[in-house]
Amino acid sequence: MNWNSASEFFYMGGYGLYVWGSYAVTAAWMLFEPWQVRRRHQQALRQARELQPQDD
Amino acid sequence: MNKLPRFFTFAAPSRFYRLAGLTVPWLYAVSVLLALAGLYMGFFVAPVDATQGNAYRIIFIHVPAAWMSMVLYMAMAGWAAVGWAFNARLASMVARSLAPTGAAFAFLALWTGAFWGKPTWGAWWVWDARLTSELILLFLYLGFIALVEAIDDTRRADHAGALLAVIGAVNVPIIYFSVYWWNTLHQGATISMTAAPKMASTMLTSMLLMTLSFWAYAFAVVFVRTRALVIDRERGTEWVHHLLQNEPKARV
Repeated sequence: MNWNSASEFFYMGGYGLYVWGSYAVTAAWMLFEPWQVRRRHQQALRQARELQPQDD
Repeated sequence: MNKLPRFFTFAAPSRFYRLAGLTVPWLYAVSVLLALAGLYMGFFVAPVDATQGNAYRIIFIHVPAAWMSMVLYMAMAGWAAVGWAFNARLASMVARSLAPTGAAFAFLALWTGAFWGKPTWGAWWVWDARLTSELILLFLYLGFIALVEAIDDTRRADHAGALLAVIGAVNVPIIYFSVYWWNTLHQGATISMTAAPKMASTMLTSMLLMTLSFWAYAFAVVFVRTRALVIDRERGTEWVHHLLQNEPKARV
């Protein structure tokens, strides 16, 4: 085990800003993009539905 | 209808649409599980680095992101070329879908590299061969996106994008070999095909788990984006009409 406490973990031996600055931005993007592509797909379906000919 | 399975049936956008839709939830699940395992290994099992302290732990996302940025570029150029040469519509859609994710990984490789370079080299950025060629890769992605978005005729846009992507592909080996060809500040290859790994096996395991996680993630988001493009481009067709009528609203 590398860490004796949570604060030691977040401190990262003095490199907290650099390590967490890297991980935070990566995590933020990898949460945003799946949400964004899902929205994009639903938008495509909605537009396709609006352009459908009326049911006969 | 031909009932025999054939290789090119998956090139039909309708087939791809259904198949990709089935795999996406699994890809996300695999990606999350691999990331959890990789992060656990990276932060709780892998020891602190003798020279770089805990700053080296950025490697677990930095190297996978940089690899993905190169792999996705080659995939983008390859599919764009297939779409152009064989007039394969789906291949061009896949190429377009790869670009934003590839650009994001190129950006993340540069971002995490800056946050690693500052404590170890004392600078956020240097005009080093490896860093500069990776920055050019980001610009190639952005140029590809801008070009295909700027041309209204869909297939013409696909062809123009393919030309740019294929010419830009020359940059990928330059990134890869930059640390050998030039005297760079950036460290050499983390993993070499010809030599035993120079890092602790727990560090290596963590990095490989994160790489596999990023792969699964990339497949998932690219599939969803391609599905959206398929609907956009095929919305006048019979099969999309059926899809919209037969499937419940939320599940297509």
